[in-house]
Amino acid sequence: MAASPVEQFRIEPLVPIKLGGVDASFTNSSLSMVIAVLIVSALLVLSVRRRAVIPGRWQSAAEMLYEATANMIRDTVGTEGRRYFPFIFTLFMFLLFGNLVGLVPYNFTYTSHVAVTAALALVVFVGVTIIGFAKHGFGYLRMFLPEGTPIAIAPLLVAIEILSYLSRPFSLAMRLAINMLVGHVLLQLLAGFVIALGVIGFVPIGFMGAIFLLELLVAVLQAYVFTILCCIYLNDAIHMH
Amino acid sequence: MDASAAKLIGAGLAAMGVIGAGIGIGNVWGSWITAVARNPAAKNVVQTNTWIGFALVEAVALYALAVAFMILYG
Repeated sequence: MAASPVEQFRIEPLVPIKLGGVDASFTNSSLSMVIAVLIVSALLVLSVRRRAVIPGRWQSAAEMLYEATANMIRDTVGTEGRRYFPFIFTLFMFLLFGNLVGLVPYNFTYTSHVAVTAALALVVFVGVTIIGFAKHGFGYLRMFLPEGTPIAIAPLLVAIEILSYLSRPFSLAMRLAINMLVGHVLLQLLAGFVIALGVIGFVPIGFMGAIFLLELLVAVLQAYVFTILCCIYLNDAIHMH
Repeated sequence: MDASAAKLIGAGLAAMGVIGAGIGIGNVWGSWITAVARNPAAKNVVQTNTWIGFALVEAVALYALAVAFMILYG
């Protein structure tokens, strides 16, 4: 039996730091976050340094990412959503490049840890709730009772709506983390078969290529889905439903 | 029954959750084809939502696989 397929997700401290009894070491997870942020910054800063009316390849890439996010916010939230563009764009780029950096062999995937995705999801959840209450006052509580509900089933419906509202950050965090986790475990299991099967080991290699392409799609798609769900929650808070 | 044998059977049963995701993904793309065949102009609008639906359904398959992996290697 080869090494356990979940070995790759172990967090190892690279520079041990203790802050008053709290372990705040610089880990391999932190390292890949720094790498992802550096790549994003380099892509966005260097590509628009020499701005041209007719964009080159790098400028086109940066503009494409910008426009994709701007369209996403305009389509789901409308013009009020433009204020939140910086946050949504940062979130999208952080997740997208976290997923993509993780796909490079021997790199750590920080988005595969629930601690990371749950922190992001909770920030979105708390932020959206605060925006909702700031915008509508206590009228935001009407969100839990759709209009035209018969009074007889109201208690049941309110309970269901509150539950579904509270489960948002949970499902948001779990979806991304599990997607990344399972994809990488699958790749590692198939890689284990290559050596075990000996001469016909090229069969799992072919499978790995296909799964890798699927993972590339999943990495982009899950970052997109996480961000667009944040936009939808934001829309609920601003316009209610 | 041997505990390790039960483990393998359990992992196989857990992986059966993928059936639902298979039906779901077939539904999502089948509906997409129907929609685009009826109204080709709506392609871009429908496609965005289709990808979101695809990702949501596909996540369910991965949940099932995660449980299977947890039983096998956890």
